[in-house]
Amino acid sequence: MPQSAERVLDHATLFREPEYREMLARKRDTMECPASTEAVAAQSDHTKTWAYREKNLAREAVSINPAKACQPLGAVFAAAGFEKTMSFVHGSQGCVAYYRSHLSRHFKEPASAVSSSMTEDAAVFGGLNNMIDGLANTYALYGPKMIAVSTTCMAEVIGDDLQSFIENARAKGSIPQEFDVPYAHTPAFVGSHVDGYDVMIKGVLEHFWDGQERSPNDKINIVPGFDGFCVGNNRELKRILDLMGVSYTLIQDASDQFDTPSDGSFRMYAGGTTLADTAAALNAKATVSLQHWCTRKTLDYAAEKGQETASFHYPLGVGATDELVMKIAALAGVDIPAALDLERGRLVDAIADSQAYLHGKTYAIYGDPDFVHAMARFVMETGGEPTHCLATNGTKAWEEEMQALLSSSPFGKGAKVWAGKDLWHLRSLLFTEPVDLLVGNSYGKYVSRDTGTPLIRLTFPIFDRHHHHRFPLIGYQGGLNLLRTVLDVIFDKLDRDGDVAGETDISFDLTR
Amino acid sequence: MSLDHENDAAFNEALIAEVLSAYPDKFAKRRRKHLAVAKPAGADADAAPGEEGHLLSECDVKSNVKSIPGVMTIRGCSYAGSKGVVWGPVKDMVHISHGPVGCGHYSWSQRRNYYSGTTGIDSFVTMQVTSDFQERDIVFGGDKKLAKVIDELEEMFPLSRGISIQSECPIGLIGDDIEAVAKKKGKEIGKTIVPVRCEGFRGVSQSLGHHIANDTIRDWVLDKKDTGFEPGPYDVSVIGDYNIGGDAWASRRLLEDMGLRVIGNWSGDATLAEMERAPLGKLNLIHCYRSMNYICRHMEEKHGVPWMEYNLFGPSQIAASLRKIAKHFGPEIEAKAEAVIASYQPLVDAVVAKYRPRLEGKSVMLYVGGLRSRHVVTAYDDLGMRIVGTGYEFAHNDDYQRTGHYVVPGTLIYDDVTGYELEKFIEGIRPDLVGSGIKEKYPVQKMGIPFRQMHSWDYSGPYHGYDGFAIFARDMDKAINNPVWGLFDPPWKKKDAPVLQAAE
Ligand code: SF4
Ligand code: SF4
Repeated sequence: MPQSAERVLDHATLFREPEYREMLARKRDTMECPASTEAVAAQSDHTKTWAYREKNLAREAVSINPAKACQPLGAVFAAAGFEKTMSFVHGSQGCVAYYRSHLSRHFKEPASAVSSSMTEDAAVFGGLNNMIDGLANTYALYGPKMIAVSTTCMAEVIGDDLQSFIENARAKGSIPQEFDVPYAHTPAFVGSHVDGYDVMIKGVLEHFWDGQERSPNDKINIVPGFDGFCVGNNRELKRILDLMGVSYTLIQDASDQFDTPSDGSFRMYAGGTTLADTAAALNAKATVSLQHWCTRKTLDYAAEKGQETASFHYPLGVGATDELVMKIAALAGVDIPAALDLERGRLVDAIADSQAYLHGKTYAIYGDPDFVHAMARFVMETGGEPTHCLATNGTKAWEEEMQALLSSSPFGKGAKVWAGKDLWHLRSLLFTEPVDLLVGNSYGKYVSRDTGTPLIRLTFPIFDRHHHHRFPLIGYQGGLNLLRTVLDVIFDKLDRDGDVAGETDISFDLTR
Repeated sequence: MSLDHENDAAFNEALIAEVLSAYPDKFAKRRRKHLAVAKPAGADADAAPGEEGHLLSECDVKSNVKSIPGVMTIRGCSYAGSKGVVWGPVKDMVHISHGPVGCGHYSWSQRRNYYSGTTGIDSFVTMQVTSDFQERDIVFGGDKKLAKVIDELEEMFPLSRGISIQSECPIGLIGDDIEAVAKKKGKEIGKTIVPVRCEGFRGVSQSLGHHIANDTIRDWVLDKKDTGFEPGPYDVSVIGDYNIGGDAWASRRLLEDMGLRVIGNWSGDATLAEMERAPLGKLNLIHCYRSMNYICRHMEEKHGVPWMEYNLFGPSQIAASLRKIAKHFGPEIEAKAEAVIASYQPLVDAVVAKYRPRLEGKSVMLYVGGLRSRHVVTAYDDLGMRIVGTGYEFAHNDDYQRTGHYVVPGTLIYDDVTGYELEKFIEGIRPDLVGSGIKEKYPVQKMGIPFRQMHSWDYSGPYHGYDGFAIFARDMDKAINNPVWGLFDPPWKKKDAPVLQAAE
């Protein structure tokens, strides 16, 4: 009997005990009617071949392990970055349970959102009553200052019109006349969560800006984009901007919402861009996006309103941070402070210290379009080669932009860009053209295991490691954290490979 | 079981009234029917002991109706009930999340249905396979694409034994004929293809998805081929054990040790063959009644296979269940069951001796799916812990009736609780532990109340069987007696620190 009260074994060890191994083998042999061991081995080997890769890449209809979520998730995340704002997702309720779970599993934090809980009758008659009743309940129970409405694919397929529904609800007294209810249509069958983020931000800005007179000032709006590291990153960003003495408004800041303290009370709302600041942001001189592919519509809208616009790709590392800092300094008309020279120098110093371990390393990078761009650029900055760059939600235009980035450096030679591909494609790529390291999120752990490529978790969602998102990746200081994360995986791998007690002591070095 | 405490009915009634006062009138009235305090069982309770012993109380709430809009229900949808619960764990089939990318993405690998096998080769549980609908598929229909998806899956996964098509919301709205596609392609590739109409807008929760999924097993799996299986006298199928964290394995050991042959496990770690042969079994053992009673009733009617509910949480229920099951098979199996129970008694004694003193008298509130909100009650009781409130996301009337066998009068009962209600109830009662889901975990912990996820076992488990009980006890102890709860207040603001105990 393997179990005991002194040393309680759970799943991590229990099922490796002989009693369980034998039982599972018996189950397989007598009850499962499995494919033969030979057939499994043969198919397993076949999936590692170029022939399988060709068939795999030729897929046109089925997505297998795609690295993208649907639009409303982005909208719910976006809404979480505004003062006392409740997300209201119009459509079936199951989706909302999923968004909340998804965000909670990553941030290890509460994630609040409500659904209009449409069912079969609403599919026939439309969801107007759900909107009217739903807004009234949300307003009464959760005391929000703003309710941000988005849609699940059900509401989109039946064609519910959010604007008229909300006005109807207002007329029926569900919410006070002046209460703020921005909205965005977020069809799940178009784009991905990064687009949902974009349209929700645009929806909020339209709500506050449309019909208002703009009287320009010197402020700068900054839109961070969909970012699972917002807790660490936004705080770092604000520190840099304060250091520079820039007058700015962060449009959408979920850093406090997803990082509330444990002190005995649950805060449903925390931090976020105030509604007053959001409205006043119309007068800003410029709107700068940190993630181009998350904000295309938002930036167009800001430009329409007469603002200057600029966008970046999730500035990671030295060069990308340089560009961001210079652009902001130019827009704000300030000098770059000496403190940033020092921070920059320290990051360069750290990279120099470690360059021998970084130079020539090959990487596969996947994630959202801006992240992949940023990471590829950082990798090349350290002398590494971003061999495979994959974004399931990357477009043709993204692919072209990536090509331009890669051809700007000798380290990008031979690198390939995979727009629209999924992680089952990536598995084939890593079997046929292996790399040293895989960069992505928790979903990468299957490819990592199958192909033996160490995984560096650097982007949303990270379910199986804790607290990474609390530390910044962007900026010079964030760059140190980024660098350390990469190096830890490299060094751990070196140790694991040299760590065969009683067999070899080679390469198990004390100093590196 | 002892379950000899009473809960404070008057206090709980007042709490319900207070919570309802926040709602607009119309909805206060509707929610009123879903909230109750368990009443003493009627006079006839002792006279007619139910399946699970005497009735302790009556839990009379309305259930299985639409959630009201805008309130933060914790429920999911039919798709979650079908793909997430019933079908997803069948390991040698590929399950297509048919529609846009989202549903399959969020449910990808989240239910911890353990399985043995080679992922992507002969097993496919932790994969997200989707037809990833685009606008053109909505406009022109997705049947052609679905056919192509199936062809491509054959190329990619030739060793799969079959395919299920899990419909997401748009499928039923755009008028696709997935049954036709399933029939045609099934013939072509010579494998079982199961079309499931589990669109998220159907029904009011996961529950209808369970039912629809059960019906598709009836219509597309059972009685479809000659299984070539030689039945034996002690064959049982385990139904409604999803092998969360290995639950079904911890259960299987006990059933095998008492001389039974487990010919199938539905659906954790299941293969299609295990499901196909179930009509040849002698008895269906059903753990999660809510999600799979439908197919048991069908097999009883059509194939004459009787079914029996059982409960493998905590030693009291385990012993009672093993005895009940053994009785069905006669003296030989009964003797073996007694031997199994006796062989584990030292473990049970040691676990109780170690953990009960650390947990004695602690109060617990539960809010889970359709089964565990009652099934785990006795396991807590075995450790000296009391349930002060419980409720279900998607239970039906028969589940609340069964709950009366587990909870004492005065217990707060909440059906389809809203985020607002649950928070207020927990604030009011301040239990020593809350057991619920991921969405509830962090708000509760921020209030300074220990929490365990009771869907996923909080990434632990198994909790079934004797092996699982030890883990269950350890985990509850960890949660309640961790020193972090004493760190909440800064010393300059400190109230009373809770009394904690170091891990042993
Ligand atoms: S794809 Fe559609 S049904 Fe699925 S989670 Fe997204 S919005 Fe909901
Ligand atoms: S045991 Fe509970 S959580 Fe699991 S399927 Fe049944 S009702 Fe759902």
